Amino acid sequence: MRLEARTRRSRAALLLAPFAAIAFTLAVTMALVAWAGSPIGETYALLFAGGFGSRFAWTETLTRATPLVFTGLSVAIAFRARLWNIGAEGQLYAGALAAVAVGGLHGGTGFDLPAGVLFPAMLGASVLAGAILLLVPTFLRTRFGVDEVVTTLLLNFIVLLAVSMLLDGPMKDPAALGWPQSVALRDDLQLDKLVPRTRVHTGLVYAIVAAAILAFVVRATTLGFEMRAVGANARAAAFAGVPVARTMALVAVISGGLAGLAGAIEVAGRTGYVTLDMSPGYGYSGIVIAMLAGLSPLGVVAAAVFIAGVLVGADSMSRGVAVPTYIADVIVAVSLVSMLVATLFVRYRVRLR
Amino acid sequence: MLDIVSLVANAEFWSAVLRIATPLIFGTLGVLLCERAGVLNLGIEGIMVAGAFAGWLTVYQGGGLWSGVAVAAVTGAAFGLLHAFLTVSLALSQHVSGLGITLLATSLAYYAYRVSFPNVSTPPTIQPFAEMAMMPIPVLSSQTPLTWLALALVPALAWVLYRTPLGLALRMVGENPAAVEGQGIDVVRLRTFAVVAGSALMGVAGAFLTLSAFNAFYFSMVNGRGWICVALVVFAGWRPGKALGGALLFAFFDALQLRLSQQAGGIPYQIYLMVPYVLSIVALVVVARRATYPQALMKPWRKGER
Repeated sequence: MRLEARTRRSRAALLLAPFAAIAFTLAVTMALVAWAGSPIGETYALLFAGGFGSRFAWTETLTRATPLVFTGLSVAIAFRARLWNIGAEGQLYAGALAAVAVGGLHGGTGFDLPAGVLFPAMLGASVLAGAILLLVPTFLRTRFGVDEVVTTLLLNFIVLLAVSMLLDGPMKDPAALGWPQSVALRDDLQLDKLVPRTRVHTGLVYAIVAAAILAFVVRATTLGFEMRAVGANARAAAFAGVPVARTMALVAVISGGLAGLAGAIEVAGRTGYVTLDMSPGYGYSGIVIAMLAGLSPLGVVAAAVFIAGVLVGADSMSRGVAVPTYIADVIVAVSLVSMLVATLFVRYRVRLR
Repeated sequence: MLDIVSLVANAEFWSAVLRIATPLIFGTLGVLLCERAGVLNLGIEGIMVAGAFAGWLTVYQGGGLWSGVAVAAVTGAAFGLLHAFLTVSLALSQHVSGLGITLLATSLAYYAYRVSFPNVSTPPTIQPFAEMAMMPIPVLSSQTPLTWLALALVPALAWVLYRTPLGLALRMVGENPAAVEGQGIDVVRLRTFAVVAGSALMGVAGAFLTLSAFNAFYFSMVNGRGWICVALVVFAGWRPGKALGGALLFAFFDALQLRLSQQAGGIPYQIYLMVPYVLSIVALVVVARRATYPQALMKPWRKGER
C-alpha cells in the first residue's frame, strides 16, 4: 500500500470529509451501544434530542460549548505554529484560580473596587495565569530544546494538585462544609444570562468574538503569517527573518491566555467558584475540537458545538437507557481518529500497489 | 537528615522502590522500542488504562493471572497496531494520533467497565500475583513475578537492540529509514512491528497495576505514569540499561516522598504528590542539551517521497 499526493483536490471531497468521519464514528459506536444491550435507534434518538432536540437542549449545549470554544481556539492557535500545547486543562484551572483570586469575596473583604475596574482586571489575571503557565514550557523548548508535549502534560497534574492544595488552604470557602471549593466570585462580577431561566450566559458572546478576532489575526496579519511560517518550517522561517523565539512566545501567550480565559468565563458564567471537578477534561477536548476544525478558528466554534452536543446528549441519554455516559468520550475519540483519516484521503490517493 | 537515613536503610523501603519502578520499567521499555524505530507513542497513557482493565477483567472472569497479562499485552498490541496504521502506513501526525489513541483507549476501558459493572460502588477485587517468597534474595523475594519479568526484560531488550540483525535494523529505521529501504527491508513493516511490540509492553505495564500492585480496577489509576515514561526515555538517552536506572531513581524519590508525607509536619500532602511530576520535568531539562534523539523520530516516511 502506498500513498500518492493528489494533484487536484476536489472541493466536494473536502466538504464531505467531516460527514464521512461522523458517519463512520456512528457506525463504530453503534456496535458499542448494541453490546450494552440497548436499542440502537432509541439510544441515538435520545442522544440527539438531549443535545439538540429542544430549546432547553440547545441552551445546555451552548453553555457546555462556551469553554470548549476557548480551549479549542487555544489548541488551534498553538498547533498552527507547531507548539504542542497539551496543557490547556491546567491553564484553564490556573485562569479560574486567578479569576477568583482577583474577584473573589475572600470572606467578605477582597478588593474593594467597582465592578467596572475589577471585571477587566479579573479577565486580565486569568489570561496572565494561563499565559505564564504555557510560557515556561515554551521557553524551555526554545532555549533548552525540551519537548513541550511532555512538560505541558505533566504541568496539568501539577496544577491540579496546586488547585487542590489552595482549596484546602488559603482559597478555601469557609462556608463550604468539607467540600473542597473556593470562595465565591463577587455577584456583580458574574456574567449575565443570555436567555432568562437557562444557564447559557454572555460568555458565549466572548467566545465567538474571540474566534472572529483570531480568524482575522490568522488570515490577515503579519503575526498570522509568521505563526504559519514557524509552524511549516522553523529553520526556513528563521532564514527569512521571522523572529522564531519571539513568535513562539507570542503564540504561547495567546494560546495559554485563551485557555486561562476559559477558566475565568466558566467561573463567572456558570459555577461562581472553583472546584476540583469544574472541568471534565475541557482542555483535552480542546485538542479534538481543534483537529476536527482543521485548526481554523471559525471551524472551532462549529466543532465545539458538535462536541458539546454529544456530551450533553450522552448525559441525558444515559438517564433513559442503560448506556454509560462514557460513550460520549468514545464518540469524541473515534471522531478525532476518523477525521484525521478522512482529511488524509482528501489530500492523498491510496494505491494498493 | 538522620530521619531520611533511617527511612531508607531498610529492605521494606527498597521493596517499595522496586514495586513503584515495575510499571515504569515496562512502560519505558515500550516507549523506547517505539521511539528507537522513529515513532513517538503518546498512546501509552491510554494503553496502560486499557491493559490494566483488560488484564483485570480476564482474571475476574476466571482466567489465570498469566492469561490476564497475555490479554493485556494483546490489548496493548491492538492499539499499537492502530497507532502504527495511522502514523506509519498513513504517515499522520504522531502527536495527534498518539493523543487520539490515549483518548480512545481510556474511554473504551471506562465504557467497558461501566457496561460490565453498571451498579458497583466499590470496585470488585481479584486475587493478585503472590510474592516470590521461595527465592531467598532480600528485596527481590518480596516482589511478584511481574517485577522479575520486568527486570529480565531490560537485558533481553538490550541484547535484541545491540546484538541482533533485527535490533540493528530497528535502530537504523529510527535514524535513517531511506537507508533501511536501500537494504531491501520494508520500513513500514519494521516500524509497525516495533510499535506493536512496544505497545504490548505498555499494556503489561498497565496490567501490573491491577494484577500485582493493587487488586482492582479504579478510574484514573494510571494517573500520568504513561507520560512519566515518555519523559524517562529521554532521560535515559534511549538506552535500556539507563532506562532501568532512570526508573529506579525515579521510584526512589517517589517512595521517599510517600514515606515523608506519612510523617506529616505541616507541609500539605499535595506538595509531596507533585514530586514525581516536577522530577520528570527537571530530568528532561537536565538532559535536554545533550539528548541525541533518534534522527528520524516524529518524521513520517512515505515511500518515494523526500
